[in-house]
Amino acid sequence: MQEDKVTMLKRRANQLRRTAVTMIYEAQSGHPGGSLSAADMVAALYFSEMRIDPKNPQWEDRDRFVLSKGHVCPVQYAALAILGYFPEDVLHTLRKEGSILQGHPDMKKCPGIDISTGSLGQGFACAAGMALAGKRDGKDYRVFAILGDGECDEGEIWEAANVCQKYKLDNIIAFVDYNGLQLDGTTDEIMPEANLTERFAAFGFDTYDIDGNDMEQIVRVLDEIRGSKNGKPKMILARTVKGKGVSYMENQCDWHGKAPNDEQYAQAMKELDEEAAR
Amino acid sequence: MKLIATRDGFGDEIVELGKENKNIYVIDADIGKSCKTGKFVKALPEQHVNVGIAEQCAGGVAAGLATCGKIPFVVTYAAFGSMRMCEMIRQEICYPNLNVKVACSHGGLTPANDGASHQCIEDLGILSSIPNLTVIQPADYYAARKLVRAAAEVYGPVYLRFTRDAVPVIYSEDQEFIIGEAVQLREGRDVALIAIGDTVRLALEAAEALAAEGIGARVLDMHTLKPLDTQSVCAAVNDIGRIVTIEDHNIINGLGSAVSAVVAEMGKGIVRRIGVQDQFGQSAPYERLLAMNGITTENIIVKAKELQR
Repeated sequence: MQEDKVTMLKRRANQLRRTAVTMIYEAQSGHPGGSLSAADMVAALYFSEMRIDPKNPQWEDRDRFVLSKGHVCPVQYAALAILGYFPEDVLHTLRKEGSILQGHPDMKKCPGIDISTGSLGQGFACAAGMALAGKRDGKDYRVFAILGDGECDEGEIWEAANVCQKYKLDNIIAFVDYNGLQLDGTTDEIMPEANLTERFAAFGFDTYDIDGNDMEQIVRVLDEIRGSKNGKPKMILARTVKGKGVSYMENQCDWHGKAPNDEQYAQAMKELDEEAAR
Repeated sequence: MKLIATRDGFGDEIVELGKENKNIYVIDADIGKSCKTGKFVKALPEQHVNVGIAEQCAGGVAAGLATCGKIPFVVTYAAFGSMRMCEMIRQEICYPNLNVKVACSHGGLTPANDGASHQCIEDLGILSSIPNLTVIQPADYYAARKLVRAAAEVYGPVYLRFTRDAVPVIYSEDQEFIIGEAVQLREGRDVALIAIGDTVRLALEAAEALAAEGIGARVLDMHTLKPLDTQSVCAAVNDIGRIVTIEDHNIINGLGSAVSAVVAEMGKGIVRRIGVQDQFGQSAPYERLLAMNGITTENIIVKAKELQR
C-alpha cells in the first residue's frame, strides 16, 4: 500500500517537473531551479497529505498551503491544474498578460492559492496567522508551508517562528527547501544557513532532517508528524538538489531564474520522460 | 472644554466592537499600553495576539488571520506601523485586499519628547500611495470612535492614525461620519481651511479669529485622506477659490499635496500648505514643534489673510 503510494507520488512529482519546465519554457521566464527542488514535497502534499477539495477552494476546514518561496509557483500551479482547480490549458498562460497565473502567486486571481506571496520572508508569518486562527476556532486543519533556505536570511522568518512557539502552533508544518543555492551564489557564500535544524529547535520546533527529493522519506516524515498534537510546531529540513531531474540544471546557481531555450527544453523533457519510464 | 486623546477613542471603541463580533482581533506589538488596547486585552484575551516587538510579523500574522475570516486591527506607533511594516501592508494586506486594519497611535509630532525616532511625519504620504488602502485620521475622541467603527464595518484594508496628546472634543457624541466624506464644521466664503486630525481644532480657532475681522472661513475636517473627498475640495474651489491646508505631517505627500493635486487639475484656485517643513523633529514640547513648522492658529490666520489680497 505504502509502496503504491510512493510510486504514485513519484509519478506525480515527475509530472509536476515536466509541467513546470514546460510552463517556464513557454513563458521564457520563471524559476526552474527551485521549482524542481520542491517538486517532490509539493506532490506529496497536494496528492496525498493535504485535506483539500478542489471543487471548494474556500472550504473553511481545508488544510492551507503557503508557498513562502513564491517564485517556484509553476510547480504549485501544475498541481492545482491537475487537481482541477482550473483548466489545465490555463497553464500555458503563465506570466502572460491577463493570466490568473502571475509570476508570483496571487490569491485573488488564482483559485487554490491561500495567500499571495513573492516577497521573501513574508509567507511564513501569514501561515502562522492561519494556524493561530485554526487553534482559536477549534478547527483541526493544518497549515503547510514551504520556505526557501535563502529565504531564512530574512528576519521575519524568525519573528514568525517565535509566534509559532508562543502560541503552540503544532498545526503548522514548515518544509525548508534546503538546496544550498540562492540567487547570487551558494548559501555558504551569501549567508551560511548551517544548523538550521538546531536553530528551529531552539525556537521550540520539532525538527526533522530528510532527503527532500526522496519520496519515501517525505511520506515517512509526514506519517510521523500527522497525529502529533504536542504543542510544538514542525520544521522539516528537506535536503534537495536545485534543478533536480534535469542534469544540466542540477546544482547550478545560474538556473535559479532562467528559462531553457529550445534545445535545452528538449533535453530536459527527454531526461524527465526517461525518468518517468523507469 | 473636555480634553481627551484620539487614541483613547480607539481603545474604547475597539473593545465594544470586539464584544459585538468575535472575529475582531487586536494584534499588538508590545506597545499596546500606549496604544490603549488594555481594555480589549482584559476583556477579550481570546481575540488578542501579541507578537512582541516584531511589526513585520504582525502584518503577516494579521493577513493570515484575515484569510480565515478574522478582522484584525494591527496596533503600534505610526512610525513603526507605516515604515517597519510598510512592505507587509503592501504585499500581504493591500495587494490581496485583505480585511486588515492598521491602527496606529503617536502619528505626527505628538510623541514630542521622544524625539524624531518616534515622531511620524511620513506615514500618510507613504501609505496613501498603496492601492486598495483607505487612510483616515480622526480629529477628536468621538470622531475616533465613529471612524474606528466605520473602518471595522467596511471591507478592506484601512490605516487609522491617532495621536498621543489629549485634544479638545469638537464633536457631539452622535455626530455621524462617512469614510471619504469631509465634515464641514463651519461655513464661510472668503477662505476654506481644510485640515486633518489634531489640526482641525487649530483651523476652528483660526476661523473664529478671522470671523472677528470680517473674514468668513469654511472649515472642513478631511478625516479621510484617501479616498479624498474631491467633491468637497472642488466645491471649495468653485465657491471660494482660496484654500489653506493644515496637517501635522510633512507638507510633501500629505493633505496639502492631495488637495493641491485636485486644485491643479481644476486649473483654478490657489492653495497655501501648512505642515511640517520637510524636516525631522527633535525632543521638545509638542506646541514648540508645531510652532517651529508654522502649524499654528496664528500662521493659519496669516496665510488666510495673504489669500485675501
